[in-house]
Amino acid sequence: MPELVITVARFGFLVLLWIFVFTVVGVIRRDLFAGARSGRLVAAPRTVGASTGQASAKPAKVKRGRAAHQLVVTAGQLAGTRITLGEAQITIGRAEDSTLVITDDYASARHARLVPRDGQWFVEDLGSTNGTYLDRAKVTGPTPVPLGVPIRIGRTSLELRP
Amino acid sequence: MTAAATPASSPATAGERPGVRLARSRRNAELSLLLLAMALVAAYGAMVEANVLDTVTPNFWVPAAVLTAVFLGIHVAIRFLAPFADPALLPAVALLNGLGVGFLRRLDLGNAAPEERADLAIFAGTGGRQLAWTLLSVLLAAGLLALVRDHRSISRYAYTLGLAGIVLVMLPAVLPASISEINGAKLWIRIGSFSIQPGEFAKLALLAFFAYYLVRKREVLSLASHRFLGIDFPRGRDLGPVVVVWVISLLVLIFQKDLGTSLLYFGMFVATVYIATERVSWLLIGLVLFFGGAYLAYVLGKSIGGPFLNFSVRADIWLDPFAKPYDEGYQLVQGLLALGTGGLFGAGPGGGQPTELPEVQNDFIFAGIGEEIGLFGLSALLVIYLLIVERGLRAGLAVRDSFGKLLAGGLAFTLALQVFVIVGGISKLIPLTGQTTPFLSAGGSSLMANWLLIAVLLRVSDAGRRPVTGGGKVNRPSGGPPEQLHGAPTEVIKP
Repeated sequence: MPELVITVARFGFLVLLWIFVFTVVGVIRRDLFAGARSGRLVAAPRTVGASTGQASAKPAKVKRGRAAHQLVVTAGQLAGTRITLGEAQITIGRAEDSTLVITDDYASARHARLVPRDGQWFVEDLGSTNGTYLDRAKVTGPTPVPLGVPIRIGRTSLELRP
Repeated sequence: MTAAATPASSPATAGERPGVRLARSRRNAELSLLLLAMALVAAYGAMVEANVLDTVTPNFWVPAAVLTAVFLGIHVAIRFLAPFADPALLPAVALLNGLGVGFLRRLDLGNAAPEERADLAIFAGTGGRQLAWTLLSVLLAAGLLALVRDHRSISRYAYTLGLAGIVLVMLPAVLPASISEINGAKLWIRIGSFSIQPGEFAKLALLAFFAYYLVRKREVLSLASHRFLGIDFPRGRDLGPVVVVWVISLLVLIFQKDLGTSLLYFGMFVATVYIATERVSWLLIGLVLFFGGAYLAYVLGKSIGGPFLNFSVRADIWLDPFAKPYDEGYQLVQGLLALGTGGLFGAGPGGGQPTELPEVQNDFIFAGIGEEIGLFGLSALLVIYLLIVERGLRAGLAVRDSFGKLLAGGLAFTLALQVFVIVGGISKLIPLTGQTTPFLSAGGSSLMANWLLIAVLLRVSDAGRRPVTGGGKVNRPSGGPPEQLHGAPTEVIKP
């Protein structure tokens, strides 16, 4: 084997090794920086959410920015947990069959649920002992949840993110 | 693939596509990464032959092809069994495992007589055996994925697993030395030419038990505590069983004369408690206990010897390996020289002299590889370990139940600690303790246990990344009544 080929192969292998590393980082980049990116979001005004339901005629570009795609736990023991939203409702509580099982002393077994209706998510209290709060206001009936506004359950806070 | 993607990409009523951002299964990314990793393994094999044999034989690609087939097998299994699992875990592990097999085969080539080198059979020698072990380990990992469809079902066998863990740890200590002792460490069960290291599997079983127990006791642990010197200490009776498990395994390990493993168990224990309670005081207590214990073992070894002698000898080697470079310090000195010879870019795969290193196929594989790929290559390998651990911790963050969080966090940390203990040992950062380098070292038990670990991480990350589809029903545990119904309201929920 000529010396040149060996030398080129030697460095080529190391470069390829690092290319692999950076490809892996590229694949998981979305997860690595997901927290930082959503942290830049500014909370939408509360009235925006309610009108989004009827706004299906608006251009798609505007809508996509406002659609909630994730539910993020921002405070409490499950902080950092993300749930990707689909079409199904999300139940929150201490019961093991909840979608989001929170081990919070101030949460009830079936505490609250999030229901999608025409692209807008509504939070509904399920008769919990300590109540559910949307930002500072207590939730009494189904209430539309704007992006970035905290839903408080006991010591846990949740937010909708795009 | 289509089956996996349907729940995520079906359009919602208002025309958006909810869940499309994180809900992609990303299996195709995994496949391409895997193929890239296997290309690297094949290139490594070719370069080894070019350097050692001075020519590339026509079937240099066969080991890499066998590995590719095996890993493609588990890739397909993941597509069906855990479609939303993390895409980076499998390729990263496959690369490490493949390079390990390649390096062991390179050792076989180096050890073989020059005329036999060209026609070394695929499954011959250490490298061939490692290849066979890889096959078996990957099969076991796929089996675990098929068997455990929901990681929470593991928690139902937590006490059985805890007991099994203790039995596995103690078994070699109880068995006669003729069956269990290799190189002065009683860690093995030898049956004929086979040897199993049950401690590797005990690690996983004990961690599952710790996770389950700490989840059950978390509320007690964080509420009932004594405040002492500004640090909250939990009550003794709440921690009793875990401390007992830890003390037993530690005692057994000291008498099995393997301090690396006992350090691993201790670190695992402290990390799990820390993740469960979120209290920094546990880390402080752990560090103080560990350093105090290590110093005590050193002093005791100096004065009375006995079971502590092993550790004090190793600590002396660590403090000054060049004091006795041809006796006790020989291995470490050779390892350091190998790393030094490698320099920045290494001698090239197959270009070094790893056969001069004692135990290069086990403990010192990192030094052996380092001589040939240099600091530049070694740091790439370390970053790959880092990425695997990061993905494990991320799986713990993403999953929605406490048991899964503790399990994934603890397993990822255990892997990180094991890499730290062995790489720190060979680079003279900490005293050298015998540990296998995960996925690289020769040895079936270690490889199997670490692949099972990866299977559990894949399962947990699948649960964490899977989009919510069927209301509350998806996550219902497959058995047992819900535990925390005492606070449930009795009123009927109006639609």
